[in-house]
Amino acid sequence: MTNVTNPAAEQAAHRPPAIRAEGLEKRYPGGVQALRGVSFSVPAGTVFGLLGPNGAGKSTLVRILTTLSLPDRGSGVVAGLDLLREPAAVRRAIGVVAQRSGTDGNATGRENLLLHARLYGLRGAALTRRVEDLLQRFGLIAAGDRPARTYSGGMRRKLDVAMGLVHRPQVLFLDEPTTGLDPEARAEMWTELARLAGESSLTILLTTHYLEEADRLAQRLAIVDAGRVVAEGTPEELKRGEHGDTVSVELADPAAAAAAVAVLTRLPGIHQVAAEGRSLRARVSDGAGRVPAILASLSDAGIQAAAVTVARPTLDDVYLRYAGRSFAQAERTGAGADAPGAQGGPS
Amino acid sequence: MTVLGQSAAMTGRRLRALLRQPWYLAISLAQPVVWLLLFGQLFKRVVQIPGFGDASYVTFLTPGVVVMNALFAGTWAGMTLIEEMDGGVLDRLLASPLRPAALLAGELGYHALVVAVQSLLMIGLGVLAGARLAGGGAGMLVLVLAAALLASAVAALSNALALVLRRGESLIAASQFVALPLTFLASAFMPAGLAPGWIQAVERFNPFNWAVLAGREALAPDPSWGAAAGHLGALLALLLVAVFLTLRAFRGYRRSL
Repeated sequence: MTNVTNPAAEQAAHRPPAIRAEGLEKRYPGGVQALRGVSFSVPAGTVFGLLGPNGAGKSTLVRILTTLSLPDRGSGVVAGLDLLREPAAVRRAIGVVAQRSGTDGNATGRENLLLHARLYGLRGAALTRRVEDLLQRFGLIAAGDRPARTYSGGMRRKLDVAMGLVHRPQVLFLDEPTTGLDPEARAEMWTELARLAGESSLTILLTTHYLEEADRLAQRLAIVDAGRVVAEGTPEELKRGEHGDTVSVELADPAAAAAAVAVLTRLPGIHQVAAEGRSLRARVSDGAGRVPAILASLSDAGIQAAAVTVARPTLDDVYLRYAGRSFAQAERTGAGADAPGAQGGPS
Repeated sequence: MTVLGQSAAMTGRRLRALLRQPWYLAISLAQPVVWLLLFGQLFKRVVQIPGFGDASYVTFLTPGVVVMNALFAGTWAGMTLIEEMDGGVLDRLLASPLRPAALLAGELGYHALVVAVQSLLMIGLGVLAGARLAGGGAGMLVLVLAAALLASAVAALSNALALVLRRGESLIAASQFVALPLTFLASAFMPAGLAPGWIQAVERFNPFNWAVLAGREALAPDPSWGAAAGHLGALLALLLVAVFLTLRAFRGYRRSL
């Protein structure tokens, strides 16, 4: 960090972090160890993503950082306030959008916003103006006087976010903001969140199990698996750690696969060559630059390639490396750590 | 925002939701009326049993049905809390500056208010049906107060149970297991003197019966205000204990998150 030239980044580096978690541990009464010593910090004014499969402990972490739940061990500071010593002050400084919608279905969108604004101490003209601004901003003016239970999933989620913002918090927590939304509503929410991150000094912590979402929205992210942070960095840094790109070669003749593997393995800068049927996959540093050399040496050996593709590493590759299993696999088997007890607790 | 302001906001939220569901509102008003008329007809000739005393059964029954309505209204209170737990509303409120005490006070205020209105309606209907409530306005006030206190205390306990059980089915089963026996281990439908000795013994510890007795003592031709005040005091004490337990249950809920 010695040759930082971006003044904003430099400033951010000197400001205290907006969120700091240190060694957070949490075990639920049922014996489930949800967090096994989680530490990370989030610079003020940035969007930080917690990425992990269902059951990784993300929601538990959010519940602790929003003062809803207490850790067994460890400490945390949010917006400069100690979670355990000043929970009431933390609550006033943060906005929370939990995984399950916190909107009251029997109240209208406007009433939901008004109630929350009042709880945070807004009143009078400032209260009305703030609520109208938010309804406008999230496209809910027309639906403002309808009970929230008549809203679509996307509208209800927008109302949720608006409620989280009503008191202009310093830190906004978004727990799985797009889970359960259809692709169109998800894209809309992404646009909205990106706009939010761009225009204010708000710090956003978002949890997600969508790799694409983390990649698009978060400036930094931590990969969480089984109650631990297994990797942390910018999406680019994490992907760069993946030693190059994936080059896939589709062979014209599957019988030539073994010979092709031998050819590629001899080339410099190429690792982990594997064949499956007629297709070869290799990890290649500077994949695009080496494609001509790959094709030339295959052709020299009399092997014909039908197609070549180069793919930049994805967070999927990152996850696979740090968590030791693919994301999809973790989604299928990883459930449990987030679910407190058997008594129908929140999940 | 002050704790009082927060409580009022919570009560207002519930009242708006109630007014927005006309069917629910209609049923919640009609149900006690049905009880009054149904029980009035069913047990009409009970007064002929020697030792009953009072002239008309509807005079005897009115306080009993008013208080029964209060008890049942209170036992359902926890269901709303479970709905809000499942929907995420509770967590959102607990992560805001709202104090659990204000949340609870708002809930209890709502139940007390709704039960008070229902009670007044039922008293009016009872009078129309021929009940002679000699205690007059002051007596009716005592009955309404007793009903509201009982409803709030039971609503608080129902909320505490909801925070512990967290499932609608379990809460309904537990509430019915307690509420129904309470209504019959009391002198709501039958004077204490006609019940077996063991029931008379149990009645003395039954908060439902305290509320019935408070109303009846204050509505008698020769009201015994002292006895009524004693029963109101016991109901208030019960409410305070219930609030204490419910606030503890909120802390337990938070620990389990």
